[in-house]
Amino acid sequence: MNYLLLIYANEAEEPAMGTAALTSLMADYTEFTKGIIKGGQFKAGDRLKPVSSASTVRIRNGKVTITDGPFAETREQLGGYYLIDAKNLDEATAIAARVPGAKYGSIEVRPVWPPQG
Amino acid sequence: MSVGPDNKAVMGAGQAIEEVFRRAGAQVLATLIRLLGDFDLAEEARQEAFAAALEQWPVQGVPANPSAWLIHIGRNKAVDRIRRDKLFRTKVLDLETAAVDAEGGTRPEDALDDTIDAMFADDRLRLIFICCHPALTHEAQVALTLRAVCGLTTQAVARAFLVTEETIAQRLVRAKKKIRDAGIPFETPFETSGGPMLDERIEGVLAVIYSVFTEGYAATAGSALIDTELCSEAIRLGRLLDGLLPNQPAVLGLLALMLLHDARRAARVSAAGDLILLEDQDRTLWDPVEIAEGLALVERSLSLRGRVSVYAVQAAIAALHVRALQKEDTDWPQIMGLYEVLLRLQPTPIVELNHAVAVSMVDGPARALDLLDSLTARGQVEQYHLLHSARGRLLQRLGRSDEALGAYRAALNYATLEPERRFLSARIAILEESRPEGG
Repeated sequence: MNYLLLIYANEAEEPAMGTAALTSLMADYTEFTKGIIKGGQFKAGDRLKPVSSASTVRIRNGKVTITDGPFAETREQLGGYYLIDAKNLDEATAIAARVPGAKYGSIEVRPVWPPQG
Repeated sequence: MSVGPDNKAVMGAGQAIEEVFRRAGAQVLATLIRLLGDFDLAEEARQEAFAAALEQWPVQGVPANPSAWLIHIGRNKAVDRIRRDKLFRTKVLDLETAAVDAEGGTRPEDALDDTIDAMFADDRLRLIFICCHPALTHEAQVALTLRAVCGLTTQAVARAFLVTEETIAQRLVRAKKKIRDAGIPFETPFETSGGPMLDERIEGVLAVIYSVFTEGYAATAGSALIDTELCSEAIRLGRLLDGLLPNQPAVLGLLALMLLHDARRAARVSAAGDLILLEDQDRTLWDPVEIAEGLALVERSLSLRGRVSVYAVQAAIAALHVRALQKEDTDWPQIMGLYEVLLRLQPTPIVELNHAVAVSMVDGPARALDLLDSLTARGQVEQYHLLHSARGRLLQRLGRSDEALGAYRAALNYATLEPERRFLSARIAILEESRPEGG
């Protein structure tokens, strides 16, 4: 069976850029990732951009709405995901609006950090 | 700067240059964003181009096409800086490609070409659409539009919305960060593949322009009723959008609506700063030029094919008001009919309230009061002072003075704007005075 591991943390408490704590954390992530690749358990993984870069797409009464920020309804639960490659946010939200769940739920569109080169 | 007889001439040149900056600023920013691919980088490049102009123009004269000159210099300065920085190696390659593409468009000697004007217009439209992008909060859209498209200072935007300069500055920083991080493109929705959001995107831009106007026309707080600068900026934005996106019913409708409201500006506030209701206004103070333009625009908006715009319907209502030379001539049955159309398009409490007021002028206050009571019974409007104020007037017309007094007091309880509070207090005072002793 496949499992999705969702990483939740308070962005305000995460180590800042350029600190030793961040370097150490990144090293831990690299080690962990290598470990599960070696173990044959890795399928995909990405670091997401901060929540301030999120937008939410919904369709209500046939009308597409895009709003700033992540989903806000506490009675909605995460039910699935798609990882897509889009030219820009407009293309990404246009695709999000085609997800059937947009008609009754919310599709959060969050950019992914490009791989570190 | 020299001191002496030349001083005045230098000052004059400086003012002329400031004026050019104000008029060309948005265009220069817009095209630099396209060429440099980044909002902040473009703002810095524009600043450097302005600095260069302040040095060179007083000596060499203002170029024939100042925008093209400023864009050319701004782009070169940005490219130089990026080359110096070396950190942005890949960006330089992109820029060099962009520079070749744009060369014809930004060389000052080519600047008067018509195709360049068209390209510039596209950039201005892209700037408007990126500032009003739905993935930004409404407050951020308004602040960014006033700052980047209208060229207002951060201080002026802060003053207009009665928040600190710090708040606006943060709002702008966050908005530009979102644009960069989320990959909001510098494109109009016409360029986006599929573009199913076209109407919504235009509606979004109009909502920003209209909230700039309403904030100016009926400020939500503070001591002054009308902020003329915001009204003028909103109308200027409306004209700009109509120039860039011609024959759009909603754009024409909004421009008409703003002009027809603005035409009544001088009659709406007394010398003492008090609110004067439409029915009590001195109609000779209305601006006939704005009215004529507004009326023509309503006609055009309603004659075009496509969805009926809520702005056009509201403008048509405003048109019926300004057409009446005396308040007795007002065509209330037609106004009532238009509010019914508006209710179908936009069933909001404020439209329901205005519809009820129109009904009171056609069928009398009793039926209107029923409508307002049914609106109240559905909840969520308790704190809406205009509803209580309208109820007060209907009750007064029905001779139910005690209930009218209660309604006005409720209105006063929720009203925040000083002139409105004075208006309500005056009504309450009159009713209290006319009350029988011990009644």
